[in-house]
Amino acid sequence: MNAARTASGSGPRWRVRAWFMRSESGRGYALLSPTLVVVVLGLLFPMLILTTMSFWKQEYVDLVRTFTTENYAAFFDKRIYSLILYRSIRISALVTLVTIVLAYPLAYYIAFHVKKNKMMWIVLVTIPFWTSYLLRVFAWKVILGYNGVVNSGLISLGIISEPLEFLLYNPTAVVITLAHAWAAVAILPIYVSLEKIDRSLIEAARDLGESAFMTFVRVTLPLSLPGVIAASLLVFIPTVGDYVTPALVGGTRGIMMGNIIQSMFGKALNWPLGAALSIISMLTVTLAVCVLLGATRWYRKKVG
Amino acid sequence: MSDRRASTNATGGYAAGERDDAVVRRVRCPRGLGLNGFGIYAVAYLVFLYLPVAVLPVFSFNDSQYVTFPLKGFTFKWYEALADSHGLLNGFWNSVKVAVSVSILSTILGVFAAKAVTRYRMRGRGGLLGFIMVPLVIPEIILGISLLMTFSLGGVKLSLVTVGIGHLLLCVPFSMLVLISRMEGFDPSMEEAARDLGENAWGTFRRVTLPIIFPGVVASLLLTFTISFDEFVLAFFLCGTDATLPVHIWSQLRFPERLPSVLSLGAIIVVASTIVVFAAELIRRGGVQLKPSGL
Repeated sequence: MNAARTASGSGPRWRVRAWFMRSESGRGYALLSPTLVVVVLGLLFPMLILTTMSFWKQEYVDLVRTFTTENYAAFFDKRIYSLILYRSIRISALVTLVTIVLAYPLAYYIAFHVKKNKMMWIVLVTIPFWTSYLLRVFAWKVILGYNGVVNSGLISLGIISEPLEFLLYNPTAVVITLAHAWAAVAILPIYVSLEKIDRSLIEAARDLGESAFMTFVRVTLPLSLPGVIAASLLVFIPTVGDYVTPALVGGTRGIMMGNIIQSMFGKALNWPLGAALSIISMLTVTLAVCVLLGATRWYRKKVG
Repeated sequence: MSDRRASTNATGGYAAGERDDAVVRRVRCPRGLGLNGFGIYAVAYLVFLYLPVAVLPVFSFNDSQYVTFPLKGFTFKWYEALADSHGLLNGFWNSVKVAVSVSILSTILGVFAAKAVTRYRMRGRGGLLGFIMVPLVIPEIILGISLLMTFSLGGVKLSLVTVGIGHLLLCVPFSMLVLISRMEGFDPSMEEAARDLGENAWGTFRRVTLPIIFPGVVASLLLTFTISFDEFVLAFFLCGTDATLPVHIWSQLRFPERLPSVLSLGAIIVVASTIVVFAAELIRRGGVQLKPSGL
């Protein structure tokens, strides 16, 4: 509407309009500025502090504020840190894969099969996501425990005689718990991208003789790829740094980077090392994300 | 909204004749079985989503120290024990204080920001919006420790205020998303009309914009309240000695004998959060569609 008005305006009016536009964007910035101040002070500034501190050093209880790369050297010296970072990435990648494979059919169902009450489905899917994360993880601990719901249930049904020990305190438990916790985050973007697909493209493929399955593989799936990628990023990035889940259900074999970072602010008391490990983790995740995005771009070019 | 788009799509694309209708039927439910298969899967998925959470209420009434089958007997004693816990009540009020302040502040910021983003053309709008959304993707632990370092170096004592600052960062993006979708849903010419009829900017906002986006405002208040009330990681790093409710729960998890009490508390929180979020969603999606069709 605004564009049409601008185009129809004559010379001087256009100039007035241009002036107004400038003040308009000025007013926009003014309205946005309180929020921006909060994010700059609460996010950007602390990130700079984090970076700075990663180049400082902890000596017993004192912070030594001279520049040193010792913390980064410690990461490469002690294999344990890189091993745990590698494990965190691997677990998160698996969580992402499991979450998306489980979420896709549901998003597909809501987008293509549900005719009425689509929003009801979306609400149903999102509600657990809003309730306490800590309590949901805790619930899984109770369910999978040695004397937990699954084991005692199976024993009282007479299916097993000894509790299954492989349920809790391992990476599998972490994957199950996280795939449950991040379900909604994966479903929503996939649903949105499926919903956007022009239905006539699917009809065209069917009319031209493709089978239902091949239509899905060659039309629906590629067109929903943006949603799948968005979902992968939204699940992968935060889960790498998660520490509540590994702490409650992971056991020693499920320890992730988040637990190491947290310990640097607890009993280990080495903030600068904790800062350096955080930065290394973030850079690694960024790198992994770039590789993923690069691979999809390459794939898209190759295909079409 | 997507519902509406789908239906216009259907009338626009498929209205040609009966043969097309047959195609639609074939595409939508391949061989008739697909629908059932997906339907069963969808129900199973919902069970997977809700069952873990349902465990908490079920065992909170179980008359046993241990969370195991078979269920023993029905009891209210774990709930009665809650009322005597000083730490719990303290944590509860701390969480309420933080959540109320954060939800109000975050919604006010969200209204301004949503208005700016939807009503004014701004250079670098996408980038700024992305910047505000960053706290949603950064692992919370990194957000938490960077704020902890900043407060500690700046000599700020950890308290409920520092928890609130952390929560505000997390809540503002949600407020903005809720309010932006509400702002986009109504016709700006209503605001223009008010301005043309002589209202000033504040009057237009108070008498036109605010009433129309009111469901969004309520939804934002409810959602951000829930997020802040349930948030654990940031509170864990930033609360100092003023434990919020999730921090208190975390401290109780180490003691097996407190487990049933945690279950009953968890049950209350889960049920209350679910009701609040459900209400928020109903309010947000309900209300009159003010945007004329065709726009």
